[in-house]
Amino acid sequence: MQVQTHVDINSEWGIVAARQAGRKLAREVGFGSVDQARITTAISELARNIYLYADQGQIKIEEVAEGGKRGMKIIASDQGPGIKDLRRVMEDGFTTSGGLGAGLPGVKRLMDDFAIESELNQGTVITAVKWLR
Amino acid sequence: MRIPILKLHDYLLISVQVELDDQTALQFQEDVLEKIHEEGSRGVVIDLTSVDMIDSFIAKVLGDVVDMSNLMGAKVVLTGIQPAVAITLIDMGIVLDEVPTALDLEQGLERLQLELEG
Repeated sequence: MQVQTHVDINSEWGIVAARQAGRKLAREVGFGSVDQARITTAISELARNIYLYADQGQIKIEEVAEGGKRGMKIIASDQGPGIKDLRRVMEDGFTTSGGLGAGLPGVKRLMDDFAIESELNQGTVITAVKWLR
Repeated sequence: MRIPILKLHDYLLISVQVELDDQTALQFQEDVLEKIHEEGSRGVVIDLTSVDMIDSFIAKVLGDVVDMSNLMGAKVVLTGIQPAVAITLIDMGIVLDEVPTALDLEQGLERLQLELEG
């Protein structure tokens, strides 16, 4: 059976809980320490975005298998304001929160697959996968 | 949660051994600056040996604490950054520009001494 975990993000503690759950699953799936750090960091960025921009949402992490490959998928979803300009949020250094602007482009580089769906006033779903090598 | 800050002569020594949530990181920033002010410290070593993840927020807090301490006249050296953390930071495109670093606490103290005497 494949492992799946949900973490509700509605406070700063949710960010910590999500990354702890992420590191645990990454270790169980068999990722090495560097990929564990990449996955944990990606989850932390996604969880913080939910908390910062949408107040609340959910991080779902699960083991995935596809065509003989195994890996780990992160799904970050919220019913927040949505992202106005998808192209700009993927630019390095673009920020509306006074942060480093490294969040989403960083997550994309840390993970292997990355997709955003966002609709204004409806919410955002970000899916990212890391494959075992 | 508070991160303990130790005083050693003119220096402050900090070993971060807790999971850094946002609030702890911000409290830490404030505590370091207060302690520099209180003790008149000239240098600070922040050891990150036990930290297994630095995301963009924590990187910003750490970078800021270096800049803020510099403003006050104290030098900060970050030590013990784990390989996985260094790789992740560069992957993310986060460059801790002009932040002095050293391999471990011992070399961090040596580096501080050099910077302050030189």
